[in-house]
Amino acid sequence: MTATARVGHDDSEEFEPVYHRYGPHRAGLPPLVPYFRELWARREFAAEMSKATLRGANVTTFFGQAWLILNPLLLAGVYYLLVTIIRQRHDAGLFTHLTLALFAFTMLQTAASTGATSVTGSGRLLINTAFPRLLIPLSAVRTAFWRFLPTIPVYLIFHAVFGLPWHPRMMLSLYFLATIVVFAMGLAAFFATLQVYFRDTSSFLPYFLRLWLYLSPILWMPVMLDRMSRGLRVVVELNPMYPMLTGYSHLLQDGVFPPLWMWLAAAGWAIAAVVVGFLFFISREREFAVRLT
Amino acid sequence: MSSLSASPDERLAVRVKNLSVTYRTTFERKPTLRQALVRLGRGQRSVREVRALRDVSFTVFEGTAMGIIGANGAGKSTLMRAVAGILPPSEGSVEVWGKASTLLALGVGFNKDLSGRENIILGGLASGLSRRDVEERADEVADWTEIGDFIDMPMRTYSSGMSARVAFSVAVHMKPDILMVDEALSTGDARFRAKANEKMAELRSTARAMFLVSHGLNSIKEMCTDAMWLDHGALMMRGDPEVVVEKYKEFTKVKKSAATEDEV
Repeated sequence: MTATARVGHDDSEEFEPVYHRYGPHRAGLPPLVPYFRELWARREFAAEMSKATLRGANVTTFFGQAWLILNPLLLAGVYYLLVTIIRQRHDAGLFTHLTLALFAFTMLQTAASTGATSVTGSGRLLINTAFPRLLIPLSAVRTAFWRFLPTIPVYLIFHAVFGLPWHPRMMLSLYFLATIVVFAMGLAAFFATLQVYFRDTSSFLPYFLRLWLYLSPILWMPVMLDRMSRGLRVVVELNPMYPMLTGYSHLLQDGVFPPLWMWLAAAGWAIAAVVVGFLFFISREREFAVRLT
Repeated sequence: MSSLSASPDERLAVRVKNLSVTYRTTFERKPTLRQALVRLGRGQRSVREVRALRDVSFTVFEGTAMGIIGANGAGKSTLMRAVAGILPPSEGSVEVWGKASTLLALGVGFNKDLSGRENIILGGLASGLSRRDVEERADEVADWTEIGDFIDMPMRTYSSGMSARVAFSVAVHMKPDILMVDEALSTGDARFRAKANEKMAELRSTARAMFLVSHGLNSIKEMCTDAMWLDHGALMMRGDPEVVVEKYKEFTKVKKSAATEDEV
């Protein structure tokens, strides 16, 4: 659909009509430069689809908005209670860490799970219209991000209430937030493709994501890593969420500069996820139109 | 493959060269990992290769109304999708001068929770129109459907006829250069069909070319100036609609098993 060479798409359209040429894909991939140019040209579609989804979920109403805050807040409350009972002591530092890491992880979780069903759920549009399909999971990521936004002020209120220091370095946490968003894009594309082939992917996904949540520095602080066994430590440190959430938490909560390797690892994981996820998606998207009928 | 009397100064609308479309699909309706594992244990495979089109070549000049006939599974819809760019070729090439409409197996209405209007806008944006163009046309599209207040209600509240109206209206109002209609007139009441026929006649004069896929052989004869007959992915015949339809009828009479009697 994007093996598109545009000749003379300008004012003289009457005389130089839009010209498309479709040929076989090389190695299963359409030409990537026109693909992404087309993708960018139609970004408005992804935005509109995401907005319509949010409207459909009543997110634009007051109680819809309130739910976006209440839901992660209740979740944070539940987890904090659990952790407090297990550790048998209250720890304010852990509470703020838990809320901010949990909010960010929830965004990733929403992006992955709604991204997974986004392609299989778009039915007729996908069967009847030629456009870069990657827009569909990316739209799901946009929706997840918008759902995440109202939780930022909530965290900042906790930050103020617990008297944590304010520091200009906090702004740098946006870098780690960005890596999480980019990582989520790759993940959404990957699971969306998988879902087309295995429709029960979306049923397995919650268990996988729950496990991932426990392996990430959310319910525990990164400093507790020293007490873990060697094997577990290796697993945890290989977890892409480890550098991303640790860096995010260090900067936002404490204004502490994370070690250089975390900056690099977070970016590396994000880029790897996007490259693998997008290429997997694009190489398979020709089949979507016939697999979904 | 005969191309119709083509003087060299006639302008091309669609040129298809040695087009083959092959794809792999599964015969399970909802493939799952669980079943895949079960099958793996038994050493079975559910994926099969479908050769939907085999070495099809033709050219369509501007001003043509092309009817496509053939039994179910002959590759009619696949051909339309290939021309629309939805299903890129496995071999050969498809060249299209102009923007193809999105009307294939009838339907925008992809998100049942959104209103008809929202679906119209999304469909337009997906097909590459600018936001301004889409919003301008959305009202026109909505008016033409004559479904009144339903246009702002979720599409799950629509009857199938109403969805068909919306889909048809979107396809004809987005100013396509190449109009593609796939069994569009089979749904809808008499009034809608009359209105749709009128609109299509009007579009034939403005669009560069029109493709009509139908099992209604009479509407092919009435509306088309040229016809193609596909069978098992191969182009059997191309020419005057009357002649092609007769040949096709003869063919299906011989092959009773083709189960196309009722459509003839």
